[in-house]
Amino acid sequence: MKRTPLYAAHQALGARFVDFGGWEMPVQYSGIIEEHHAVRRRVGLFDVSHMGEIELRGPHAVAACQNLTVNDLSRLRDGQAQYSLLCRPNGGVVDDIMVHRFSSERLLLCVNAANIEKDFAWISEHRDAAEAINRSDEFAQLALQGPHATAVLRTVTRLDLGGIPPFAFVEGLVAGRSVLAAHTGYTGEDGWEIYSRPEDATALWDALLEAGAGVGIKPAGLGARDTLRLERALPLYGHELTDETTPIEAGLSWVVRFNKGTFMGRDVLVRQKERGVARRLVGLVLTEPGIARQGYDILDGGNVVGHITSGSKSPTLGKAIGLGYVASAWQEVGTALSIDIRGRAVGAEVVQLPFYRR
Amino acid sequence: MEFPEDYKYSKEHEWVLVEGEVATIGITDFAQDQLGDIVFVELPAVGDKVSKEDAFGVVESVKAVSDIYAPVSGKVLEVNDDLPENPEMLNEDAYGDGWIIKIEMSDPDELNDLMTAVEYEQYVAEEKE
Repeated sequence: MKRTPLYAAHQALGARFVDFGGWEMPVQYSGIIEEHHAVRRRVGLFDVSHMGEIELRGPHAVAACQNLTVNDLSRLRDGQAQYSLLCRPNGGVVDDIMVHRFSSERLLLCVNAANIEKDFAWISEHRDAAEAINRSDEFAQLALQGPHATAVLRTVTRLDLGGIPPFAFVEGLVAGRSVLAAHTGYTGEDGWEIYSRPEDATALWDALLEAGAGVGIKPAGLGARDTLRLERALPLYGHELTDETTPIEAGLSWVVRFNKGTFMGRDVLVRQKERGVARRLVGLVLTEPGIARQGYDILDGGNVVGHITSGSKSPTLGKAIGLGYVASAWQEVGTALSIDIRGRAVGAEVVQLPFYRR
Repeated sequence: MEFPEDYKYSKEHEWVLVEGEVATIGITDFAQDQLGDIVFVELPAVGDKVSKEDAFGVVESVKAVSDIYAPVSGKVLEVNDDLPENPEMLNEDAYGDGWIIKIEMSDPDELNDLMTAVEYEQYVAEEKE
C-alpha cells in the first residue's frame, strides 16, 4: 500500500489506519465523533496527500479542459478554483475534481486518489493540443477545516487571507514553506486546502497543529471526513458518483453549464435535463432505529425502489442519515420509504439536502 | 487495555461473567476499541435462544457493522435496555454498564472452551501483530 509523507506523524499520534483506494490512510486518531465535532465547532487538520494532481499546460489548456469538464472555465479567472466533473460521452462521471487556474496556459486539476491513473489516461486521451502531466507525486496536501481555520492559518503566514474569498487560491509561504493555499474544502465548514512539496508536509503539519493548539485543533482522519461531507451532502466518488451515474441523476445539474459550448457528455446531459431522469439521488433520514449503509435496498412496501450509496449516524444531527438513488417517482421531499436493514424494513423519509449547512 | 480476571473470553472478543446458571455477556475492551465510536446496538428479545458461536446481535460504529456472537448457548433472561439509547456505554464501560445480555446457560460445559484473562490477553497481543 502507498503511504503519504505524513505516515510517521500519524503513527506518532496513535492513528488507526485503513486502506483507502490503495493508500494506507489514518481513519481516526482520538475517535471519529470527537474529530467530527472538532471540525464543526473549532478546527481540524486532515492529511489528504493521497489526492492526485494533474496539470494541463500550453496555449490550448483551457480549451481542452472546457471539452473535458462540464462546468464553465470561462467563468474562472487566474487564482480561482472551480468544482467540476469529468464526464464520458454517455454522461457517466469519470471523476469529480477541483480545477485551479494559474493562467490561461496552466490549470491544475485536483482529482480523487483512487482515480488518478484512470483520470490521467482519460485526460491524456482527450487533451487535444494541450499538454497533460501527472504531478501527483510532487504534492502533499493538508486540509485545515473549521470555523477557526482561517485564524489558525493566519498565525503561520503573512499572506493576506482576507483577500482570498472562497474558491480562490494563492501561492506563498506558510510556516516558511512554499505552498498553494486554496480557500476550499470538503467538510461544509470554512477552511483551506494547502498543497506543498512532499518533503515540507511534516513541517507544515506540525506547525499547523501547534498554531491551533490554543483553540483545540484536532488531527482528523478519513472517518470524520466522511461523516462531515455526508452531512453537507457532498458526493464521494465510488458512492454517489461512478462511471455509471450522471451529474443530472446525482443532483449536480448546477455544475453542468450547457451554454458554454460543446463538451464531453453534453448531448446526453441536455436530454436528461430536458426529459428528466429515471433515478435521482436523494437524502434520507431514518425515522426508526437503525443505520443505512452503502448497498442497502430502499423499499416502498415490498418493492425495491432504490439503493443507499452512503449512510451513517450524523454526529451533528444525532440522526441516521443516508444518500441513495431512488426511481424518480419517489424523489419528492416528504416521501415515506423504508430501508432493508438485515431483512428488517426500517422507516425513512426523503428530506431536503444538505442535511447540514453552516 | 483491561482484562478482568474473573471473566471468560471468546475468540470473537466477547466476555462472559458467570453467576450460577446465569451468564452475563458483553464485548471486550479490545473489541470496543477496535470498533471505535459505537452508535447503534441491535439486541435479541427476552426468551430468545442463542447458540454458541452464532450471531445474536449487532453493534455498529460510525463506519462499520459487526455481529455479536454468543460465547455460550442458552435462553435470554434479560437484555440491557439502556444500550439502544446509549450505545456509547459499550465504549465507556465495556465490562460494566455496557453488558449486553444475560442468559440462562443450557450447557455450562461450553465455558471450558473459553479463554481465561491471561490467555485472552495473549490472544489479543498476537492478533495485534
